[in-house]
Amino acid sequence: MTTLTLGKALNSGLRRALAGDDKVVLMGEDIGTLGGVFRITDGLKAEFGAHRVVDTPLSEAGIIGTAVGLAYRGFRPVVEIQFDGFVYPGFDQLVAQVAKLHYRSRGTVKMPLTIRIPFGGGIGAAEHHSESPEAYFAHTAGLRVVACSNPADAYVMIQQAIASDDPVIFLEPKRRYHVKGEVDETASLADAKPMGVASVVTAGSDVTLVTYGALVQTARDAAIAASEDGISLEVIDLRSLAPVDYATVEASVRRTGRLVIAHEAGQQGGVGAEIAASITERCFEFLEAAPVRVTGHDIPYPPAKLEKHHLPDLDRILDGVDRALGRPNSLSGVEA
Amino acid sequence: MTPSDRDATGLLTRPDHFVQLVTPNGERRADAEFDPWVADIDTAALARLYRDMAIVRRIDTEATALQRQGELGLWPPLAGQEAAQIGSARALRADDFVFSSYREHAVAWCRGVSAADLLRVWRGSAASGWNPFEHNMAVPQIIIGAQALHAVGYAMGAAWEGTDTASISYFGDGATSEGDVNEAFVFAASFDAPVVFFCQNNQWAISEPVGLQSKQPLARRADGFGMPGIRVDGNDVLAVLAATRIALDRARRGGGPTLIEAVTYRLGPHTTADDPKRYRTDEELAEWRTRDPLTRVLTLLASTGFDTEALEREVAEEAGRVAAELRAAITTIPDPEPMTVFDHVYAEPNTHLARQRDRYARYLAMFDDEGAAASAEGAAR
Repeated sequence: MTTLTLGKALNSGLRRALAGDDKVVLMGEDIGTLGGVFRITDGLKAEFGAHRVVDTPLSEAGIIGTAVGLAYRGFRPVVEIQFDGFVYPGFDQLVAQVAKLHYRSRGTVKMPLTIRIPFGGGIGAAEHHSESPEAYFAHTAGLRVVACSNPADAYVMIQQAIASDDPVIFLEPKRRYHVKGEVDETASLADAKPMGVASVVTAGSDVTLVTYGALVQTARDAAIAASEDGISLEVIDLRSLAPVDYATVEASVRRTGRLVIAHEAGQQGGVGAEIAASITERCFEFLEAAPVRVTGHDIPYPPAKLEKHHLPDLDRILDGVDRALGRPNSLSGVEA
Repeated sequence: MTPSDRDATGLLTRPDHFVQLVTPNGERRADAEFDPWVADIDTAALARLYRDMAIVRRIDTEATALQRQGELGLWPPLAGQEAAQIGSARALRADDFVFSSYREHAVAWCRGVSAADLLRVWRGSAASGWNPFEHNMAVPQIIIGAQALHAVGYAMGAAWEGTDTASISYFGDGATSEGDVNEAFVFAASFDAPVVFFCQNNQWAISEPVGLQSKQPLARRADGFGMPGIRVDGNDVLAVLAATRIALDRARRGGGPTLIEAVTYRLGPHTTADDPKRYRTDEELAEWRTRDPLTRVLTLLASTGFDTEALEREVAEEAGRVAAELRAAITTIPDPEPMTVFDHVYAEPNTHLARQRDRYARYLAMFDDEGAAASAEGAAR
């Protein structure tokens, strides 16, 4: 075991993927000489060369579109989008091309791209630097969407994403890049939990709290705080947003009867909406209360000094837990 | 021959001609094509251009210091690009419209934006610093190159209305790789849009040298899109002024777009979050410091007998006042009210957001007595 930050764990996972398959190439803006603005690819160009770790011109459509061509040629491109808000110029290539080519080619053309996107807020950044675009991609047939939340998962999941023959949107919780954890860099990938399987990170019995990315830690903290009030939260780190591991979520909800979903992204048409609907369909008879969503507001990401009023925090999650439990909460007495 | 006639001959559409009217050593270089466009710039006018550059440099220095002290979240310094920004912005008419990126603080200054409004957004206190229609300058653009298309559309509208208003789009060398910028070139040329594409080639897109974006001088791209290109010394305020006046004149007369490549250098980091030592050499930086845009103007003025010592003294005092006012203004900006996160999402009432807003007001109301008032207000709005 090694103690690594989440960022260094990704760096280590990328290194192992580059070393293990010479068709793996990294592409992006400032990822070579600089090592990326978050230093996730630090040192990799020096180690593997400029043809494996490629500084590209400034064009997200260009990066993703050429990655499609490289995939046709048998490569496994790993694309870095510098910030979440910069992915949209490449959206057409992702949604109209990357997502559909396997289908359009009747299964003959594989698109084993990994699109790495630092996502989410909480770092006091300028506009377009704190977004949570996951719902656009989760809505798009043909794409897989995953989000890591800790160094150990980051190390394994980035390698699994690269190894996947499907295109994977790989979301990295940027405000957790510097958080440390234990990572087993020698473990076999074959034995690792598949990236499509969710993790129960805190076992509990009263309420199921589902989240992903940076909010997993907030949810764990909420579970500790709730336990002081005698409430037992079961926290699930979703890990895969598309497809969702409903087996894990459903098993939990069948025991607790109550579901809270938290994410930084807005509520309308979000991942939480999909999970609430699916769980309601799948185990309605086990639910003792309506599923509760604790999300960012349906607003453009606000200026840095207001982001604490946008992002769900421990108190807002606990307020949602109180709603799920029918305890006094901010909406007590308010018509649902 | 008037400048317009001269332009109409097409003499000024040669991108391989590197326009420089004032050398780095402060010598005035004659240029038959460009000189007529700055014939009105006497020593007093040149001194005013120096003043502009010195003041924005001071604002820039002060903003960088404010970021280091935690008063700003981030700052993208303009140091080194004063001549490119002042020379072009001073060529504009008040009714022309500016679509800039995030580094054109000097342009905003010329458009009458107060120093405090310039910094507000970088403090994280507001979504933007000024009303675009008060200054005829759009809110700055962070998405690389997106504003180039906006400038074209604005120019198309101005032309369709029969006015001779022009627009100008500022972007960097990195942006020229983005689809939006290339699409803007196509639209502008197809519609003869009265727009000036002002590319500040500051040599670096964060860590990527301009050679990664283009194998040729960027101004040469203009030819392929069917518009004139001008390559100008971006650290020469006089040459930039002349080039921009030419391009604006062409635009106003229905001649369509022009691409200006202002060859300059970002002396500082990309932003205060960047460390340029990781990707460029001290030697390169030192080399560009010898081409400083301010020094050459002082040298030129001194060679004409102008009292540059007095000028420097006066300008330093004025810059000091601006910096002090800036510091006082920015450090006393109150933090925005929580419920304002819901403001301005839509132009019309929106039932979904109104409900969400009401619920958040109720949530906040749980925490303090004042919250109850906010809740009542939230419900009322």
